[in-house]
Amino acid sequence: MYSDFGQILLFIIVAIAIIGAILIANKIIRPNLPNEEKLTTYESGEDPVGNANVQFNARFYVVALVFVLFEVELLFLFPWATVFGRPELIAQTNGRWGWFALGEMLIFVGILSLGLAYAWVKGYLDWIRPEPKKPDYALKIPKDLYQKINQKYSTHR
Amino acid sequence: MDTASWIIKALIIVGVFAVTLLIATYSTLAERKIAGFMQDRLGPDRAGPFGVFQPLADAVKMFFKEDFIPAQANKWLFIAGPCLSMLTALMTSAVIPFGDTIRYEEQTIAVQGVELNVGILYVFGIVSLGVYGLMIGGWASNNKFSLLGAVRAASQNISYEIALGLSIIAIIMSAGSLSLRDIVNQQHGFAWNIFYQPVGFIIFVTCAFAECNRTPFDLPECETELVGGYHTEYSSMKLGFYLFSEYINMFISSLVVSTLYLGGFNYPGMDWVYAKLTALAGDTTGHNLATLIGFLALFFKGLFGVFFFMWVRWTVPRFRFDQLMDLGWKALFPLAILNIFFTGAGEMLGYHGFTWIIVGIMTILAATNAVKAPPRKMYPADV
Amino acid sequence: MEFIDRIFSTQSLFWFLSFLTILSALMVVTSKSPVYSVLYLILTFFCLSGHYIILNAQFLAFVNIIVYAGAIMVLFLFVIMFLNMKEDEAETSPTLIRTLATGTAIVLGVTLVLAFSTVKVAAFNPMAFDSQVGMVKNLGSVLFREYLLPFELASVLFLIAMVGAVMLGRREAGDRHF
Repeated sequence: MYSDFGQILLFIIVAIAIIGAILIANKIIRPNLPNEEKLTTYESGEDPVGNANVQFNARFYVVALVFVLFEVELLFLFPWATVFGRPELIAQTNGRWGWFALGEMLIFVGILSLGLAYAWVKGYLDWIRPEPKKPDYALKIPKDLYQKINQKYSTHR
Repeated sequence: MDTASWIIKALIIVGVFAVTLLIATYSTLAERKIAGFMQDRLGPDRAGPFGVFQPLADAVKMFFKEDFIPAQANKWLFIAGPCLSMLTALMTSAVIPFGDTIRYEEQTIAVQGVELNVGILYVFGIVSLGVYGLMIGGWASNNKFSLLGAVRAASQNISYEIALGLSIIAIIMSAGSLSLRDIVNQQHGFAWNIFYQPVGFIIFVTCAFAECNRTPFDLPECETELVGGYHTEYSSMKLGFYLFSEYINMFISSLVVSTLYLGGFNYPGMDWVYAKLTALAGDTTGHNLATLIGFLALFFKGLFGVFFFMWVRWTVPRFRFDQLMDLGWKALFPLAILNIFFTGAGEMLGYHGFTWIIVGIMTILAATNAVKAPPRKMYPADV
Repeated sequence: MEFIDRIFSTQSLFWFLSFLTILSALMVVTSKSPVYSVLYLILTFFCLSGHYIILNAQFLAFVNIIVYAGAIMVLFLFVIMFLNMKEDEAETSPTLIRTLATGTAIVLGVTLVLAFSTVKVAAFNPMAFDSQVGMVKNLGSVLFREYLLPFELASVLFLIAMVGAVMLGRREAGDRHF
């Protein structure tokens, strides 16, 4: 069993070797003529304004925290899923094991889902939704002309 | 260990990497050809017949491009980002069971990099590390577009990872094993998991799209809003690494989907083919030929998966960020939990396809919603 | 071949991993930039997973990678990269902190050394060793039969943590959208 992981290690080593070889080959081949203009940060052709390290809303952080908790829950489910349907355990308990296991997981996930429901009800899972603005141009074209065109091209569908 | 087993190991590693890299290289051509087909144009056709040398030309271009690291950037992390991305993409292929076994001089060799009895956890672990490449690269660039791309990548990946894991749980409940080879062997013939786990399949595929950052989930690199997203500042082979790792991820995730839901190297009528081949060509050769056919079957599924990725790219428009988070947290996540309970109840009652009930309910809900929805109005008419 | 075998033997791997673990753990503490610290911490967790694998606790190894290296470190990176922590002006004098830290470290170190010197490690019996003990299935049957109550109580802990997280991220008027 342990030698399998040795092979994983080999895989990682070979992958690193491939990446390193490509990078080194690239380094040898490519031209390197830096100048100040090239090395500026890209900002749509303008001179960059300030530093990019701006502060983000803490809401991203809350999502990450909730994610960590559910990830741990998920990892508890992995061993559960392997023992849940085992025939010998079911046979030992006259078929009660499966329902029992399902029940205990229901309680576990149910309690955690309460947390999700709390966040949901309180609106922490809601993200700012862009409100489409209706443009109010002073159109010289009468609106019924659009209507006519729309109808013309939608009728033969 | 003796020399022969070392050689076999080396051959397997080289073979797995060669196959993955080759497929990823030609996926770039396929992407452009399929895009061309969908948009009624030719796609690349100058380099060689039908443009078959286009990937080579692209690679040469990548190698010869000048590479610069912005003065504001964090140099080492700027280099580490794409390398990590590439490394995590390459590592997943190690545990995929590509085929049954090959018999060669009294030895039985599994067509697989490594057989782990926690194979699916390995895949899941590497997927959870995949976000670092984008985060580090985007942050190290010290560019506003890159930073926004990195934030988006991170929050998108973590939002879809849980639903992904929960849909894997439903598979393990019926398989009772975390080994990918066991899961494949249980789908012998045509007993594929997709027929028992339709909801899990849909959730898994959606999450795979999100984890690969493919359209409709390509917000981290969305060119209409963020120029190039997390790889705005990258050029030359480092950009190549980012793009290449996306194609590798695409192929690998198609293979994982095939392994978990579409029977892996199993195909209908495989027992009949096996019996015929062993009768025709003898035990050893027949077995090896049958393995080859299974390998091709898996390959076909994987390539179809890659095609599906590209098909969706030109069919479904990109999500908005709030839609993306809503889909992950409010739709897929509860649905995945529901799926687990239906699977469990189904296993207990002896109905393996119990989750079809969810599909039925969802279809009815969607249909009633569609009927109830107000008719669409066209733009200037409702001003 | 003999040579390659020796390179990949458990012994040499153990020493290599231990060396790497301690080195990266030291780098966590000594790095100036917090981002580097987090990255070295990820490497440390990786090496620890390697140790778990050598101990044949495969499930634990991957849990360590997924939860610690994958989830918690993403959270850390999030905080460090995207919350833009301004370098706080030191409110207390650095010498005071240094003296206190050194004192605590010495006390802790002495305690640890004393504690470990009195502990008797049970003799290892290779015959009674069950290599399957770290496998997922055994873990599952022990966890869900003998340790059921702690397991269920863990969910209450998670619930509290989640409510706390939600309270922390309370939305305030005039918040920015990103």
